[in-house]
Amino acid sequence: MEGGVVLLDFWASMFGMRVRIALAEKEIKYEYSEQDLRNKSDLLLQMNPVHKKIPVLIHNGKPICESLVQVQYIDEVWNDQAPLLPADPYKRATARFWADFVDKKMYDSGSRIWKTKGEEQEAAKKEFIENLKLLEGELGDNLYFGGEGFGYVDVALVPFYCWFYAYEQCGNFSIEAECPKLIAWAKRCMQKESVAKSLADPEKVYEFLLQLKKAYGIE
Amino acid sequence: MAEEVKLFKTWSSRFSLRVVWAFKIKGIDYESIDEDLSNKSDLLLHYNPVYKKVPVLVHNGNPISESTVILEYIDDTWKQNPLLPEDPVERARQRFWAKFNEENLLPTIWAIFTTEGKDLEEAMAAWVENLKFVEEELKGKKLFGGEKLGVADLVFGWLANLIGIFEEVSGLKIVDERYPLLLTWMQVFSELPVIKETWPPHDKMITKYQALYEKYHPAK
Repeated sequence: MEGGVVLLDFWASMFGMRVRIALAEKEIKYEYSEQDLRNKSDLLLQMNPVHKKIPVLIHNGKPICESLVQVQYIDEVWNDQAPLLPADPYKRATARFWADFVDKKMYDSGSRIWKTKGEEQEAAKKEFIENLKLLEGELGDNLYFGGEGFGYVDVALVPFYCWFYAYEQCGNFSIEAECPKLIAWAKRCMQKESVAKSLADPEKVYEFLLQLKKAYGIE
Repeated sequence: MAEEVKLFKTWSSRFSLRVVWAFKIKGIDYESIDEDLSNKSDLLLHYNPVYKKVPVLVHNGNPISESTVILEYIDDTWKQNPLLPEDPVERARQRFWAKFNEENLLPTIWAIFTTEGKDLEEAMAAWVENLKFVEEELKGKKLFGGEKLGVADLVFGWLANLIGIFEEVSGLKIVDERYPLLLTWMQVFSELPVIKETWPPHDKMITKYQALYEKYHPAK
C-alpha cells in the first residue's frame, strides 16, 4: 500500500463526504472502503483506536483521523492543484473559523431535529435555521465562501445539503423557505462533479434515517 | 508601519493563555485588553459577534476568534519559531490531538468538576479512557509537539496548571501515578522559560474555582 491512499468511510456520512470531495478536487486516485459501523472492522479499530469512527484516511500506511484534519492534510500534501485553503493568512483564519463553526453547530442541531419531538424539536429547528442564517450572512453575495473559488468552508458544509431533505421530512419544515441563498449556493456546488459524485442521494439518506430512528426507538 | 496587535483576554482564561504563550514564543509585542465577562465591552461584541468570547486577536483591524484558529493564524503570519512543523503528517497529528483536547478532555474535566454521584463516576470513567490515549501518545516524546513545543502543547497546556487547582478545590485525584508520562510533561511544560511565570495568580484561581465548586456542590 506504499504511496497508496485508502479511505475508510460510510456512504451516508457527511464527514466522509468532505474527504471524498477534497480527494476528487485534487484528482487523487484512492481505494474507497465502505465500513459496517455496527460491526467495526479490525482495520478501522486499528487505524482509529481513539474514536473508532470513520472517515479514516490512510496514506502510505499512516492513518489520519478527523475530517477537517484530513481535508487540510490533503490540501497540504497535494498542493499543486485546486487549493482549498486560501493563501492569505487572514482569509485562511476566516475559513478555519467558519469550518469550525460548521463542526460545532451543524451536526448537533441537525441530529436533534430527528432525535426529538414537540418543543425540543421546535427548539432544534430554530437553532438549526439560526446557524444556517449566520452561514448565509458569511456567504454574502459570493458564489462560494471566502469570495474566491470553491474551498475549505464549502467542502466542510455542502455534505449537509444531502441530509436537508431528511431533516425537513422529520421536522416538517422547509429549509429553502428560510435560507434561499444557502440553498442556491448548495445547488451551485452540486454543479461541480467532485461534489455531485461525493454526496449521497437525499432519498436514500432519508430511508437510512428512518431505519436509524427505528434502531434508536424514536417514533 | 506600526502594527496593531491587540489581544482581548481575561486574567484566568486558559484559552487566552494559549495566545499569550504563542506571542512569547515568537517574541511578538501586543496590547492586552482584559475583559470582564459579566460586562463585555462593545468592542469584544463587535469583534466576536458569533461567540462573544475571549480570546480575540485583532491584527491591523482584522479580528480573529477561537484560540486554535488564532494559533494557526499567528503561525501563518509570524514565521519565526514555528508552532507547527513542515511535515503534513506531523501537522495532522497535532491538529488531531488539539481537537481531542477540545472535544473530549475539556468537556470531561468540566463534568468531573461540576457533578457528583453516578454522573461523577461516569465522568471519571470517561476521563480515565481519555488519559489512556493521551499517555500512549506521549510515548517516545518529550513534548506533544515531539522534540519542540508545538500547537498541541499549547492546547494541552491548561492541564499543567488547572489539574492541581481542581484537585486542591475538589479533593479528587484527577491525574494520578497511572500516568507518569503525562505527569512528567506537566512538570516539563511548566518549567519552560516561555511558560514559567505566565500562570494566573494561584490564590486568585483557588478563590475563583472554590466559589464555582461550591456553586455546583451546595452544602447539604
